[in-house]
Amino acid sequence: MNSRERILGRVRRALADVTPDERPYEEAVGRRYLREHGRRPVERTVELLAENLADYRAIVHRCDAGELPHLVSRLLDERGAREVLVPPGLPPQWLPAAGPERIHERAAHTPHRLDRVDSVVTGCALAIAETGTIVLDGSPDQGRRRASLIPDHHICVVRVPGQVVSSVPQALERLDPTRPSTWISGPSATSDIELDRVEGVHGPRTLEVVLLS
Amino acid sequence: MSGTFVGMPAFPEAAHRAVRDPVLRANLRHATHTIRAKRATAVGELSDWVELREAGRRIKDHTLRHLDRYLLRLEESVTAAGGTVHWAADAAEANRIVTRLVKETGESEVVKVKSMATQEIGLNEALEAEGIRAYETDLAELIVQLGRDRPSHILVPAIHRNRGEIRDVFVREMGAWGRPAPAGLTDTPAELAEAARLHLREKFLRAKVGVSGANFMVAETGTLVVVESEGNGRMCLTLPETLISVVGIEKVVPTWRDLEVFLQTLPRSSTAERMNPYTSMWTGTTDGDGPRTFHLVLLDNGRTDTLADRVGRQALACIRCSACLNVCPVYERAGGHAYGSVYPGPIGAILSPQLRGTADEIDASLPFASSLCGACYEVCPVAIDIPEVLVHLRERVVEGGPAVRQGNRVVLKPARGHAAERAAMRAARWAFARPGTLRTGQRLAARTRRLHPRTLPGPGRAWSGTRDLPAVPAEPFRDWWQRTRGGKDGAE
Ligand code: SF4
Repeated sequence: MNSRERILGRVRRALADVTPDERPYEEAVGRRYLREHGRRPVERTVELLAENLADYRAIVHRCDAGELPHLVSRLLDERGAREVLVPPGLPPQWLPAAGPERIHERAAHTPHRLDRVDSVVTGCALAIAETGTIVLDGSPDQGRRRASLIPDHHICVVRVPGQVVSSVPQALERLDPTRPSTWISGPSATSDIELDRVEGVHGPRTLEVVLLS
Repeated sequence: MSGTFVGMPAFPEAAHRAVRDPVLRANLRHATHTIRAKRATAVGELSDWVELREAGRRIKDHTLRHLDRYLLRLEESVTAAGGTVHWAADAAEANRIVTRLVKETGESEVVKVKSMATQEIGLNEALEAEGIRAYETDLAELIVQLGRDRPSHILVPAIHRNRGEIRDVFVREMGAWGRPAPAGLTDTPAELAEAARLHLREKFLRAKVGVSGANFMVAETGTLVVVESEGNGRMCLTLPETLISVVGIEKVVPTWRDLEVFLQTLPRSSTAERMNPYTSMWTGTTDGDGPRTFHLVLLDNGRTDTLADRVGRQALACIRCSACLNVCPVYERAGGHAYGSVYPGPIGAILSPQLRGTADEIDASLPFASSLCGACYEVCPVAIDIPEVLVHLRERVVEGGPAVRQGNRVVLKPARGHAAERAAMRAARWAFARPGTLRTGQRLAARTRRLHPRTLPGPGRAWSGTRDLPAVPAEPFRDWWQRTRGGKDGAE
C-alpha cells in the first residue's frame, strides 16, 4: 500500500464516528460576519486606504493623470535612481520623458540583474482600504512577482476609486485564484530583534503608493 | 518527530531552569505583554470578531470532518495547475521525498522559508546528512540557525536572545555560512537587520531550490498561501526554479472564499496587525513567473492519529497564530524551550503529545504544563478549547485508555513514573501563589467537575485513600461574588 492510500485510509478510519453531512458546504458554515466594516462614501474609503497605508509606513501621494509623470520623476530623483524597472504593460504616459534609464522587465533577467536596478514602477490589481494593502497579480502593468521584490524602491500606482475595495472579502471576490498574487501591506519589516520594528530586511525598503484619480 | 529535542528534560525540569534565567524571563515578559496589548487593539477594530471566529471554527471543523474529500480535491487541483503532489506518512518519508527531489535538481543547497512542519520533521538535519545545506532565511531563524539554537516562540523564534547576543552570533558565525558580518557591526537592530539582508541576499539571488511550508491550501483551486513579514518568503517562493512545499494535511481549507475569514483573523491575532506585510498566493506553476517546478508534500506524521481522537482532534484546527502563547502565564515564565517541541505554549501542550504519543516523559508531562486558566481559549481565533483537550489528555496520561498510534488502535497504559504528578503539583503550587490565575483556573475546574477523580493519583493516593477530595463547587466563590456584586455596580 502506498502512503497516499495509507493516509487516506487512516483519515477515513479516524472519521468513522462522523455522521455524513450532505448539506452543501456554504450552508454548513454560515457566514454571519460582515462583508465590510461600516458603510462609507467612496471618497472616505479612499481616505481610509491612504491613512492605513501611511500607518504601515508606506509613503502616500495623490495626483491626477496630468501630474503623474512629474511626480514619478521627482520620486525617482529623490532616490537618486539611475535605472528604473518597467513592466511590459505599464502605461508609457505614467513615466517622465527623460530621467533614469528604463529597463524593460522580461523573463530573461536574472535576479542578479534585477538587484542592480534602483527602482520599479508598477500598477496593481486592487487595493484594500481597511487593511492598507495593495495586491499585485502579475498582470502586464505589474510584471512578474520578482519585479516588485528585488529593487529597493517600489512605486505602486493605484487608480482611485476604481481599484479600491473596502475589505478583504471584497478583494478575494475580485481576484482570480489562478494568477499568482502578492499582497503588500507596508514595506518589508521585522520585529525579531527585541521586538523593535526594522524596515526592509529583504523586500523593498521604501514603498511609495500613488493614488491616481 | 525529529530527534532535535531528544535528551531534553521533561517540562517541569526544563521550566524550572528557565524561570531562573533572568534574561529569558525579561525578554519573554516584554514580548508577550507587548504583543498581547497590541493584539487586543487590532481585534477590537473588527466589530464582527465573534462571527469571524465562529466562521473560522466551523470551516476548520467541517474540513477536518471531511478531510479525505478535501485532500483528494486539493490533489486534483494542484495537479491540474501544474504541480506534483506527494504523500508522506511520517517524518522519515517526508525527508526522503524532499531529499530525493533536491538531488534530482543536481543542487546541494536550498533556501528555506520558516516553517514549523519542516522543523517538526527535522528536515534541515536530514538534508545535511545527505550533503545538502539548508539556509534558513527568516531573520529570527537565521539567528537561531547561526547560534546553533532552537526556536522558542512560533512567531518570534529568537525572542530569547537580546541584541548583544545576536551581534556576537553574527560576528562569530556568518563567515562560516557565507558573507561575513560587516566590520564594526554594532548591536542596533537596524544594523543587525542590514547585516542579515546582505548575508541572505547573496543566497537568494543564486538559489535554485526553495523549500517552504504553507499557512493554507485551498482544495477548490489548488492555491497555496504563505503569510509573512520580511519578504524572505517571497524571495524563496519566487526566485528559485524549483519550489518544494511541505505542508501538514490539516492546513487545507475547502474554498477560495474561506481565505476571507483567515486573512482577517490570522494577522490580527498573530502580529496584531491589520494585515501582515506580505502574503503570497500561488496555484501550481505560472509560465515565466516564479518556479518552473512545484512539488507539494502532504504530511501526516501523527495528524491522522490526532484526528482519531474526538476531543483532541480540534487541535488540528490551529492556524499557528501564537496568540495563546502570549497570554499563557506558564509560557510567559517558562519560555518555549521548556516544552521540548517545535510547538510551544498551550497549543504545543495539546498538539505535541497527540502527534508524538505520550510514551516519552516530555510528552507525558506536557498536558500538565498549564494552569487551566482558560486565557488561551479566549484568544484563539478558531476557538479551540485548549483547556478541554488538556484535561482530556491528562486523564489519558494518568489513567491510560484507547488511542490510535500510527494508524493502529492501541490501549495506552497509565504513565510510568510520576512525571505527570510532579508536573501537576508544580503547576498547582505556582497557581496558588497567583490569585488571578487561580480565579480563572477555578472557573475551569467548575466546568470540568464531572471529570475530577475521587482519589488523587500517584503520591497523593495514600493521602486521599483516607479522605474524600473536596467537591468543586459549580461556581467559584469569586465568580459568585463578582456576579452578584456586579449586578449592583456594573463591575464585570
Ligand atoms: S491554538 Fe489557537 S491561539 Fe493558539 S496558535 Fe493555534 S490558532 Fe492561535
